[in-house]
Amino acid sequence: MASSNSLMDSLFQRSLEDLIKGLRLGESTFISKSLEEIRREIKLTDLSTKSVALQKLSYLAALHGVDMTWAAFHAVEVVSSSRFAHKRIGYHAIAQSFSDQTPVLLLITNQLRKDLNSSNEYEVSLALECLARIGTDDLARDLTSEVFTLLGSSKALVRKKAIGVVLRVFDKYPDAVKVCFKRLVENLESSDPQLLSAVVGVFCELTAKDPRSYLPLAPEFYKILVDSRNNWVLIKVLKIFAKLASIEPRLAKKVADPVCEHMRKQNVGKSLLFECIRTVFSSLSDQEVPLKLAVVKIREFLMDDDPNLKYLGLHALSIVAPKHLWAVLENKEAVVKAMSDEDPNVKREALHLLMAMVNEDNVTEISRILMNYALKSDPLFCNEIIGSILVACSRDSYEIIVDFDWYLSLLSEMARVPNCQRGKEIEHQLIDIGTRVKDARLELVRVSRALLIDPALLGNQYLHPILSAAAWASGEYVEFSKAPYEIAEALLQPRTCLLPHSIRAIYIHSAFKVLVFSLGVYFSAQEPTSSSLVQESTSSGSSAVNGFTCDSISSLVSMIELGLCSLSGTIDVEVQERAKNILGFIGIIKHEIAEKATSQDSETEVHRAIAFMEDVFSEELGPVSSTAQEKVPLPEGLELNENLEGLQEICREVLEPMAESDYSSDKVSFSVAKLRIRDQEEASSSSSPPLESSSLLAEHRKRHGLYYLSSQKSDDHKDRDGNDNNTSNEYPPANEISVDSFKSKKKLSKPRPVVVKLDEGDEPKTKPDASSSNDERLSRAIQTALMGKGKGKEKERVKENHEINLDTENIEQSSRREKKKKKNGERSSKRSSRRQKDKEASVTKPVEVPDLLL
Amino acid sequence: GTDDHSSDLFWESRINMIHFVLLVSRQGKVRLTKWYSPYTQKERSKVIRELSGVILNRGPKLCNFIEWRGYKVVYKRYASLYFCMCIDEADNELEVLEIIHHYVEILDRYFGSVCELDLIFNFHKAYYILDELLIAGELQESSKKTVARIISAQDQLVEAAKEEASSISNIIAQATK
Repeated sequence: MASSNSLMDSLFQRSLEDLIKGLRLGESTFISKSLEEIRREIKLTDLSTKSVALQKLSYLAALHGVDMTWAAFHAVEVVSSSRFAHKRIGYHAIAQSFSDQTPVLLLITNQLRKDLNSSNEYEVSLALECLARIGTDDLARDLTSEVFTLLGSSKALVRKKAIGVVLRVFDKYPDAVKVCFKRLVENLESSDPQLLSAVVGVFCELTAKDPRSYLPLAPEFYKILVDSRNNWVLIKVLKIFAKLASIEPRLAKKVADPVCEHMRKQNVGKSLLFECIRTVFSSLSDQEVPLKLAVVKIREFLMDDDPNLKYLGLHALSIVAPKHLWAVLENKEAVVKAMSDEDPNVKREALHLLMAMVNEDNVTEISRILMNYALKSDPLFCNEIIGSILVACSRDSYEIIVDFDWYLSLLSEMARVPNCQRGKEIEHQLIDIGTRVKDARLELVRVSRALLIDPALLGNQYLHPILSAAAWASGEYVEFSKAPYEIAEALLQPRTCLLPHSIRAIYIHSAFKVLVFSLGVYFSAQEPTSSSLVQESTSSGSSAVNGFTCDSISSLVSMIELGLCSLSGTIDVEVQERAKNILGFIGIIKHEIAEKATSQDSETEVHRAIAFMEDVFSEELGPVSSTAQEKVPLPEGLELNENLEGLQEICREVLEPMAESDYSSDKVSFSVAKLRIRDQEEASSSSSPPLESSSLLAEHRKRHGLYYLSSQKSDDHKDRDGNDNNTSNEYPPANEISVDSFKSKKKLSKPRPVVVKLDEGDEPKTKPDASSSNDERLSRAIQTALMGKGKGKEKERVKENHEINLDTENIEQSSRREKKKKKNGERSSKRSSRRQKDKEASVTKPVEVPDLLL
Repeated sequence: GTDDHSSDLFWESRINMIHFVLLVSRQGKVRLTKWYSPYTQKERSKVIRELSGVILNRGPKLCNFIEWRGYKVVYKRYASLYFCMCIDEADNELEVLEIIHHYVEILDRYFGSVCELDLIFNFHKAYYILDELLIAGELQESSKKTVARIISAQDQLVEAAKEEASSISNIIAQATK
């Protein structure tokens, strides 16, 4: 019964073509129905039926995302067939679906070995392709000797694929180098262009990972660079030299000539020309002749109508930009023109280049150009532009910004670009400039006012962070405001209900600061002999604030009261608490205001309350080093890592873009300071001094006055940092810009402290560390294999790994290499006698170089 | 955002030049996929979805490269099919365009002015040809003639075996063994 069933299945099996035709009619149920059939067919003993089922499954997996991992064992069965047609289907399925975790992987070792030893070159080639794709550590180890044999095969097809497999084998089983490396190197001198192409490809990949190990092969590569006529081979060799020249500068000089020759050729392929240019820009840029030639050639790319060449031209310029900005500047028009290209990739490259050109002289001009583009661009690119400006301008504590008034107005202009979504960054910079650049505060308040009084901006959620910064600045620096009443009104306008609660709390708190400031001015003006003083101060203009009359202060108070009373019942506790704080304060002082004019007694309750609140807000906030927190020593017995480690992941994103506020427990116990600290936390900018340490601070200031801002009340974090380090030299150079007058010459801070750079450098480190153990073994093995070739450094290094080196084969190998090297030497010295320049170069070079190159 | 996932999708260190090859029709149908690095089926589907979305929406006059998750995808449209290859940042985009063109020419020669339908019904042949062109993501063969010769030799090998094996009597004999 079973056999007749299977007979029916075999006879009436749907072929691959039937399956494809069926799929084209209507997909959904057909796939699941076919899968059912396949599951049945694939279990039959007949290999033809089985292989057709497997082929159909491969098709569905490749194009319709069907899972085929369950069929791994059947693929192994099909591969074991003696028929080529079956094998091909089986190997294809294995290459497509196996991974290192596939359980039946070990079952194919013997099959692979058998096929690698087959007399049919096409079977060998199937097995090699499969090994190249799925080779594991075990497979690579077990089949190394077969690969070694095939590397010497007389059949080009087999040898070529064996060369291709080597990459995988070395990667998985570095000890294979001992066995195979010699034969691999021998293929570098092959006259068969296919073999050469394959082997150069392998060395290109190997060199990319670990250039130093392959320096001894430079003569072989050089020969190919000079002799080969195949573009694809030349491209690979150029890539190899780009790597080698970056660690061996003398090599750069040596290859400059052949590279230039390739570039000068009349009908050189664009791909090769581009590779030459890129090699020059990345590794030979200290060589004048090739650099100048490459810049000429790159202009041809930029002027070409082909968008590919235009894109690549810009891309290549960005490689050379850091070292030779002139190359970019020479092509400035083309770069600016590319900003309006229809291709977003081209535009992005142009943007990068423009940003590379920015300096303190042209930042105004370039920013203006870019802002115009931002207004015209789609949201994505628009924000990329804005983001680039923000990054370039804030780099190294706003190094390139001289005129902060201009920069602040640029920031507010960005806020008004309809597509702007960079609110967070702009928020951070507004506050950052406020705390760092004293002389920019007047303009900051002016800009903030303009943002706050525009009710239209409240509707755009992307701008909320900016508004939050504007609110904070208006409150913190209210003394620069011309019209505090207007600010308070803007902070409490009804449309602020569109803001999230956290930002609304900042609005209310800023209104509180405005109120306290206004009252302070009002009462102090009333104090000595009243109105004449006020008039004097306003007319002289030294104070930006208009005097308050009894009426104006009363209307301010009642406006604030009116604005807040509806909020005292808000659900959000933060908003509610702040509203109630102010209302409570108003309750204390309100009735006194009217009486104030008559009363001359300065020691009233109101006076004390206002003076007290003024004190609370009078401390100036300064910038904090992003590493300040790390400098605080961990108190004994405090277990931070244990419970909070998980939070780190979550917090990193939030904390990183901003300076960490350092916020330690002793301050929290301080009830009056509490409000402030909370405020700072939201503004995420700064910290307040622990009052206990004020005497310490004074002492420290005496010692390290150099590092303090000119302001009287300065940054406590420095105090702490300084105390920790004790030596003033170790203290990171001040983060802030001390601009005495922003109109005059800038007095910029030194480059960012080393510690900050450490912060930035942390991230990229994690990646390369991950997978190095095999790589190290590989490069050690390679260096051992090339021992005879490389002298000096290479040899020294290898000696350290003595025990691996000394098997007989290696010694034999290296002695042969010596011989071959001599032969090479003879040949290439003939060549160099033809070339005057080469000869001269080799004569003047120190001993080690001929060793490398001749 | 998306960059965070790239490390999940790609193995840590590069060992080959081309990471994968995709053929997608103008309607977004996948016609061929070849992966030279280990991706799960789920990751494969995600990559295909993401890339075909980007590539199919690009205008005709734009450059043939897109930057994607720290890699470059080089693509070119031939008639109704997009040929795409994913490479590293530092690789030569123009060279990859030439490889794609080379592949198309070989297909064209093999099928006799190839069209999408040829690839639909002979997807396995397209794979075998690709395997003669690339091994482990490295370029293998630069001569069109040689590729054509190898493929037809293999075809003959298969045909010869088929003739002896596909007769009904043979199947019956096998099944009732």
